[in-house]
Amino acid sequence: MNAFGLTIAVPRGALLGETLDALQRLGIDTAEVRANDRRLLFEDAGIVTMRPSDVPTYVEAGAADIGITGKDVLMEQSGRSVIELLDLGYGRCRMVLASVTGEPDPAAEALRHLGVVRVATKYPRIAARFFEATGRQAEIVEVKGSVELAPLTGLVEAIVDLTATGTTLRENNLVIREEIAVATARLIANPVAHKLRAGAIDEVVGRLRGA
Amino acid sequence: MIHPIPSGTRDVLPDEMAELRAIIAALRGVFEARGYGEVYTPAIEYEDVLRHAGGAAPAYRVFDDHGEVLALRADMTAPIARLVGTRYPTAQPPLRFCYVAHAYRAVRPHRGQMREFLQAGIELIGAEGPDGTAEALTVLCASLDAAGLRDYRVGLGDAALYPALLGAFDLPEEARDRLLSELAAKDFVGLEREVGQLGLDAEDAALLARVPQMRGGPDVLQAPAGPVADAVAGLRSVLDRLAPDVAGRVIFDLGLARGLGYYTGAVFDVYDPSLGAPLGGGGRYDDLLGRFGRALPAVGFSLGVDRLHVALSGQERGGL
Repeated sequence: MNAFGLTIAVPRGALLGETLDALQRLGIDTAEVRANDRRLLFEDAGIVTMRPSDVPTYVEAGAADIGITGKDVLMEQSGRSVIELLDLGYGRCRMVLASVTGEPDPAAEALRHLGVVRVATKYPRIAARFFEATGRQAEIVEVKGSVELAPLTGLVEAIVDLTATGTTLRENNLVIREEIAVATARLIANPVAHKLRAGAIDEVVGRLRGA
Repeated sequence: MIHPIPSGTRDVLPDEMAELRAIIAALRGVFEARGYGEVYTPAIEYEDVLRHAGGAAPAYRVFDDHGEVLALRADMTAPIARLVGTRYPTAQPPLRFCYVAHAYRAVRPHRGQMREFLQAGIELIGAEGPDGTAEALTVLCASLDAAGLRDYRVGLGDAALYPALLGAFDLPEEARDRLLSELAAKDFVGLEREVGQLGLDAEDAALLARVPQMRGGPDVLQAPAGPVADAVAGLRSVLDRLAPDVAGRVIFDLGLARGLGYYTGAVFDVYDPSLGAPLGGGGRYDDLLGRFGRALPAVGFSLGVDRLHVALSGQERGGL
């Protein structure tokens, strides 16, 4: 276990490197995690690794005391009872509405002529809330794999997806039409651990904030 | 052929029932020894009456044969407020009631939430501010001790604290609402962002962002004279009335906000290291009884008997 006595849920994938850097700065030895990308549980460091979208699940249940994940995940799982403590600043991405390049915008055309737009996404709740908040009717198509494929095949007129540089969108002949939100990495805590382990959690927050 | 039961409901078999009965007996023993008479009210009431309390909205409704809308109660506080208004219109306060009864809430699918759950708790009606709150906390700790829970803590906050603090800064209504909604969502990043947009000087902004994150021992209540000291004065007077063993269980939490709408003052949550969510809680609802015809201050708590059972099992297995 680490010096804070906290079990930390760490996201694999794009956020992993900078998350481990941040934990290393707290004095937690992350060498073992970096050296081994198959093991999931690192008891000496108090680290459990998982998909970013699983982090709120583990933290809400108290299986991890604190965790790090993207704001996009927290927005999609907004019903989870976790405490959002700190914006870590890294992993900056934009949640955008995109459609096939060229004018007129096929999404706007669908709304103009049919009153409803079909939208593919891995973030059905964010997408649904966005269209609801802007008074437009959308048919949300949830996909698990590459969202970019959906508008190219005529499955949908638009997508809602996360983009860091926009390269994948461009390469698939898609263009950003609207920005929905900006997402960065966030530190979250279990609500009970936040009270019972207040000293350790405040120490982590204070040092990450100062870093 | 399979005959299912709704998700969020369950059958209790004899082994579990025996364990639950032992817990309930311990809780009842404490409630009754301290003068709380047990009541039972209908599980199903007129929806209008339950909604009148303004707390958790009833989730399950039916039409009866006269077209009236009936609903399953979402907690016991609203029914007991109704009971006091109708059956004890002139009785000399304070009134002390306890209950062990099921309540019903809506669930989100696949989350292990219960639609039907057993609550045990008390309502202390007609006992004001710090004295009544201290009595409720004392009964709460005695109940948990009697049930055999060892490592629990009680988070104590004040539903009026942050609104009062905001009041000291003369903020526009919609700014206050935004801050309170970030706090209710437990999003301190969002709270800090909203505070940053108010155009306050750095010191005041830091104060508004920091205060709801303050929690810990009595030192949390040590604040220099000013809006924070005024806001925590109520909590300090509760602390002054607690016996050392009860005070030792309390974590002061200046950001504690419970979801239900009717709380007016002190609020509390019960935590145990073996559970990721509170196993019960309560607070003051000084305006609720007035809606049912008897304007009396009141305080109460409820414990989730099933959650208490889980915590006790976790404790026997040796913590986490």
